[in-house]
Amino acid sequence: MLFFAQATALATFTGAITRAIALGCIYAVVALGFVIVFKATQVLNFAHGGIAMAGALFMSIMVNDAGFPFLPFGNPFVNGEDRPGVMVWILLLAIAMAITAGLAMVLERVAIRPMVGQPLFSLAIITLGIEVAISAFNRDAVNTPNARSLEFPWGTNFWEILGANVNHSYLVAVLAAAFSFGVVFFFYRSRLGVAMRAVAFDQEAAMAQGINVGRVFQIAWAIGGALACLGAVVYSMAPFGPQGAVSSDLHPVLAFRALPVIILGGLDSVTGALIGGLVIGSAEVLAGQYLSGYTSFLGVGYQAIVPYVIMLGVLLVRPYGLFGTPEIRRV
Amino acid sequence: MLEISNLEVVYNDVILVLRGLSIPVPDGEVVALLGSNGAGKTTTARAVTGLLGVHEGDVTKGSITWKGQDITHAPPASIVKSGISQVMEGRRCFGELTVDENLATGAFTNRANQKESYDRVMELFPRLAERRDQLAGYMSGGEQQMLAIGRALMSGPELLIMDEPSLGLAPLLVQQVRDVIKEINATGTSILLIEQNAMMALSIANTGYIMENGKIVMDGDAQKLLADDDVKEFYLGLHGNDEDDEDAGRKSFKDVKHYKRKKKWAS
Repeated sequence: MLFFAQATALATFTGAITRAIALGCIYAVVALGFVIVFKATQVLNFAHGGIAMAGALFMSIMVNDAGFPFLPFGNPFVNGEDRPGVMVWILLLAIAMAITAGLAMVLERVAIRPMVGQPLFSLAIITLGIEVAISAFNRDAVNTPNARSLEFPWGTNFWEILGANVNHSYLVAVLAAAFSFGVVFFFYRSRLGVAMRAVAFDQEAAMAQGINVGRVFQIAWAIGGALACLGAVVYSMAPFGPQGAVSSDLHPVLAFRALPVIILGGLDSVTGALIGGLVIGSAEVLAGQYLSGYTSFLGVGYQAIVPYVIMLGVLLVRPYGLFGTPEIRRV
Repeated sequence: MLEISNLEVVYNDVILVLRGLSIPVPDGEVVALLGSNGAGKTTTARAVTGLLGVHEGDVTKGSITWKGQDITHAPPASIVKSGISQVMEGRRCFGELTVDENLATGAFTNRANQKESYDRVMELFPRLAERRDQLAGYMSGGEQQMLAIGRALMSGPELLIMDEPSLGLAPLLVQQVRDVIKEINATGTSILLIEQNAMMALSIANTGYIMENGKIVMDGDAQKLLADDDVKEFYLGLHGNDEDDEDAGRKSFKDVKHYKRKKKWAS
């Protein structure tokens, strides 16, 4: 204990910076889904947080309550008796992402598509309505007696690097971000991705090329939904807020922490989502670490407002974000 | 063969833009559609390519048939697939996409022959080949027009609708666009050429139609239209050259009014 109390400055810094990068990567994944939907459809998707949490719930239902019919836990990939092994867990995550993508596609078809061509403000309000409806589902699902654990195979294991505890989940967060941005990078160069960027740039001209705009919207929502699910699951990992389980704490964070990230990076910029996520995540963690001596002055939990302070500052200087298209868009 | 017959288009349920327009575009021909601003030329292009919905417009009467099939209310994607593509007014290149990516969007419905179409476009516009990885937004107006035409050709169209391809181009480039249109037509693609530059359009067209207030007010063989005095006066901006006419500069307002009456009676 004495050793921990006198942890070196270097160890503190290593712990804080790795945690900062991990949290930043998670925020970036959540923001990326939001950006993809906005870039393609110009719809500010306020339901993103709700969809994300629903995705984490799908995941918990599969690993927790029922398992998955074709993948019993007692197979060669499994390391414990009642816990899925890494391979099975990743497969289940992929299935959860697919289900969430399906949910997002249904929402788009039912609530958004009939409104295409209406003012963007109305569309944003509709997504707000979807958000309320999904949160009702989320609340009910979370309130079941079972703990909504996500059974992360790496649990709370950590490496000791330079005297600091670096959780395995930090690496997972970085890998999740690398995967998401990698997939989006390659997708944007594929046939459909090029069509999506064309639609984002000029819808009418894209239609004139024979691109089915409705289908492009649907795919954008599907990708947004899948990324929302991934972001929510990785955010639920141990050292971060929800401590390895889906809880109602998850929802407000996903819904509102992505906002400073995308406003910092620009609503329609993929690079902006990555940089914005890293900046906001770092600011939150580093402020929590190094300003904690002033708690009497700043109050408890002050680090939660740091992202919004940064957002305010950026809005004053660059209203369209650091990487956004400098064009007036009223939403 | 494209057959527009007795077409009526209304915007926002109130503004009547086309009032019974009829134009046939025979296979392999160049048909010029001329008229001043607000005559309804672009609306005609939108009606044929199914893009009226974007502008809250609707066909309320008449029909458009293409190769014997009614396409009046068909969705734009299926119209492109059936062999009609459009070079839109003002080029409308995707500025954030490279030249190659812009061309790829044009081939969205024509995956099978993308390679051949691409080679053909590159042959037609060597300039694009030099700039294939450049963002379209950074190119000059002339290059963007080449790209817009190339993009429309990527779908392998049998009918190309060109909406003011000479808009905002220097005279030398207009000449170049004219040559390109001739070259495209020579390979068997029929062309509906919508233009304000009547001289250029009529010089390559087989037939010409002159539009005013949503109606055809004059039509006929392109060469005859070019020679017609009234067309010269009102659409080409050339003054009458009658030697015995004392004030050969301009016709008086009275004559203009007379001309309008005559047209109404004739149509």
